[in-house]
Amino acid sequence: MSELTPDLVRHLAGLARILVTDEEVNRLTEQLSLIVDSVATVNAAVAGDVPATSHPIPMANVFREDVVEPSLTQAEALSGAPESAEGRFKVAAILDEE
Amino acid sequence: MAKDELMNYEKALEQFEVVIGLEVHVELNTKTKMFCGCRNEFGDEPNTNVCPICIALPGSLPAVNRRAVESSISIGLALGCEIAPTGRFARKNYFYPDLAKNFQTSQYDEPIAYEGQLEVEVPSGKTFTVLIERAHMEEDAGKLTHVGGNTGRIQGAEYSLVDYNRAGVPLVEIVTKPVYGAGAEAPELAAAYVRSIREIVKALGVSDARMERGNVRCDANVSLRLHGAEKLGTRTETKNVNSLRSIERAVRYEIQRQAAILAKGGTITQETRHWHEDKGATSSGRPKSDADDYRYFPEPDLVPVQPSKELIESLRAALPEQPSVRRKRLQGEWGFSDLEFRDVVNADLLDQIVETVAAGAKPQSARKWWTGELARIANAEEKDAAELAITPAEVAELATLVESGKINDRLAREVLGYVLAGEGSPSSVVAARGLEVVSDDSALLAAIDEALAKQPDVLEKIREGKVQAAGAVIGAVMQAMKGSADAGRVRELILERAAQ
Repeated sequence: MSELTPDLVRHLAGLARILVTDEEVNRLTEQLSLIVDSVATVNAAVAGDVPATSHPIPMANVFREDVVEPSLTQAEALSGAPESAEGRFKVAAILDEE
Repeated sequence: MAKDELMNYEKALEQFEVVIGLEVHVELNTKTKMFCGCRNEFGDEPNTNVCPICIALPGSLPAVNRRAVESSISIGLALGCEIAPTGRFARKNYFYPDLAKNFQTSQYDEPIAYEGQLEVEVPSGKTFTVLIERAHMEEDAGKLTHVGGNTGRIQGAEYSLVDYNRAGVPLVEIVTKPVYGAGAEAPELAAAYVRSIREIVKALGVSDARMERGNVRCDANVSLRLHGAEKLGTRTETKNVNSLRSIERAVRYEIQRQAAILAKGGTITQETRHWHEDKGATSSGRPKSDADDYRYFPEPDLVPVQPSKELIESLRAALPEQPSVRRKRLQGEWGFSDLEFRDVVNADLLDQIVETVAAGAKPQSARKWWTGELARIANAEEKDAAELAITPAEVAELATLVESGKINDRLAREVLGYVLAGEGSPSSVVAARGLEVVSDDSALLAAIDEALAKQPDVLEKIREGKVQAAGAVIGAVMQAMKGSADAGRVRELILERAAQ
């Protein structure tokens, strides 16, 4: 069984800065529980000696050389921004951190 | 900002043991960013060193900068760390617009380097061994400018502007284990530790290590516990401490603040605090998130880094001399006494003197300028001497002008003032302002004769062997020449007059 509770969903929504209604919390709790439980069945399918994997193909050391490649222009970079000013992305003031 | 109650520092240390922990972020000076080919450059026009990867456009994929990995390994080795045979990147999830991805690519449980140590000498001459827990690779975040409100600070800001040029710049974060036993010297130890890290990364050539540009940044954890207590006290993490001087002051402030709270039976809130250089105080930031609020998980877009033994050994072989070894060598080369050398190190002037000597100054005169007049000016301006608007080459030039007799010490100090005010190099200031010492003997003799006329008994006294009587005349001549005379030459001329 998943440990997903409505409080945890509210906490996650808070971390993600998403406003959720009680009705949404209930629906999300149900849906997220289903997802987490489904993924948890994988745990049952493998023995404890199977190493965790984060990549489907066993490969390592894929590097890029330290060579400058072209960047976007400022106009290109800002072209998708809902708002911009002084060559920068304009965002809502965030109050809790420097 | 509410004013904190502070306990007297000595009293705080009588009651409490200080435990510190330091997190130092080092920005690497690679040509490009950690995961994309955008230029890693300070001070460019905003959002001109950005691409789909570092502004997180859909479908973009990161690729690890080989040079950044090698630099990180070098830092780990220089700190005596083990290098992990395999390590992965992880996503550190948080929602803040300084990174467009909504996560920072970092390392979590598999740092590239771990378990090292560093010998750090504090101003008293005592040496502490600081244990390094880990050094891991990550990326820097973009720069936010908060606009509106009346203070310019974040409270009251109406909106923020984001520049992603710095987003994705390679960082190495070096984390110490808790450091015990520094007592009253904890603030000095914190600063000396960061100084050593800076020396190491500079010597390795992997970072520009300029604190005023944020190349090296320190977060200082401070906690107190009663002497003899086993359990660690609740800690605060002070951010925004961007000079050695502020690190020392911030740690000292936190010790005094926490002691005052604990002595009254209060509790310390585990939180991030901000250091305000202007007020000399810390203020409460956000409460510290629990580690798992970041929902770390392995970065699926990157494969593990597995440095070969050959790579590690070749990087180890290329390590420069350890800071402590380098210091011994320099002290020997310069012939400084232990006290002189320690003053230089503690004033953080080692590199300035190296460069000043390289520019042609004698070691002792380089030392005198930097630890004397320049340190005095820096202190008055509450800066580090290295931040003053004068280059080591200009200091060397000034020293040479004095040694050649072209200007005297008093004029040199005057010239220095003009150089710091931006009037140009010492030689050009001397030329433009006509500040050379008067070495024209006839001008000096005229002033001497005038002074002797007012003190007619002086020559007689000198002839009787009371040479010190010349002092009064020298003083009068210097005054008449407004200080621009070579006092040694004036003395010679007076003695010649007496001999006539």
